[in-house]
Amino acid sequence: MAVSLQHYLVLSALLFSLGIYGVLGRRNVIVLLMAVEILLNAVNIAFVALSRFVVPAVVTGQVFAVFVITVAAAEVTVGLAIVMAVYRRRSTVDIEQIDLMRW
Amino acid sequence: MVLLLRDLFRAALFLITFFLGIAGLYITLQADFLAAVQVLIYVGAVAVLILFAIFFTRQVQQGNPPNRFRWPALVVAALVFIALAGVLANTPWAISQEAPPAYSTGALADALFHQWVLPFEIASVLLLAALVGAIALGKEE
Repeated sequence: MAVSLQHYLVLSALLFSLGIYGVLGRRNVIVLLMAVEILLNAVNIAFVALSRFVVPAVVTGQVFAVFVITVAAAEVTVGLAIVMAVYRRRSTVDIEQIDLMRW
Repeated sequence: MVLLLRDLFRAALFLITFFLGIAGLYITLQADFLAAVQVLIYVGAVAVLILFAIFFTRQVQQGNPPNRFRWPALVVAALVFIALAGVLANTPWAISQEAPPAYSTGALADALFHQWVLPFEIASVLLLAALVGAIALGKEE
């Protein structure tokens, strides 16, 4: 069977929900960041697939995917810098113990 | 596997496999330049950064335990998947029969530097801000 747009979109939805489980249900902060990367890649697949099947001549989806990759790289950098700063202070990367701002 | 493995290092390696797989998907979607960018940036920079952080914060006893919200998280993830996949698969998309450009680099460059030049410049300022921020956060007192 030919791989159609719906296949790519369902794959994107599946990866997105896996990323949501990773963000909400895991304790290690670095796993959270990896799950956020999964989320961003899932939406990139959706962008590129929609661009290729609905408006192939104009590569707008790929332009947006490039921007998402850029923002993801910047966000991982700053996020890991924060993780290292917190680890230096608290010696843990468990979010159930880094609850300095919780009530 | 990325989320469920106990050993964080193996999980990061699975993340690298994930990024390479996404690059392969881009190639099947005729997005060749984007596949190269994906491998370069995600595998080459983001995954390396994550590996650095894993080695820096190595906690061999715990590894990758689940949260106390794991069952609500599972339910929420399942609901999101059902809602998203249901909507996306059942929407009548206006699929066009044109062929995409053979090499996407030219079309991407055209779009990036004519129509989307302002977000492009703002993205470079964002990268500068991220760089400065990461250095400022990483300094030892």
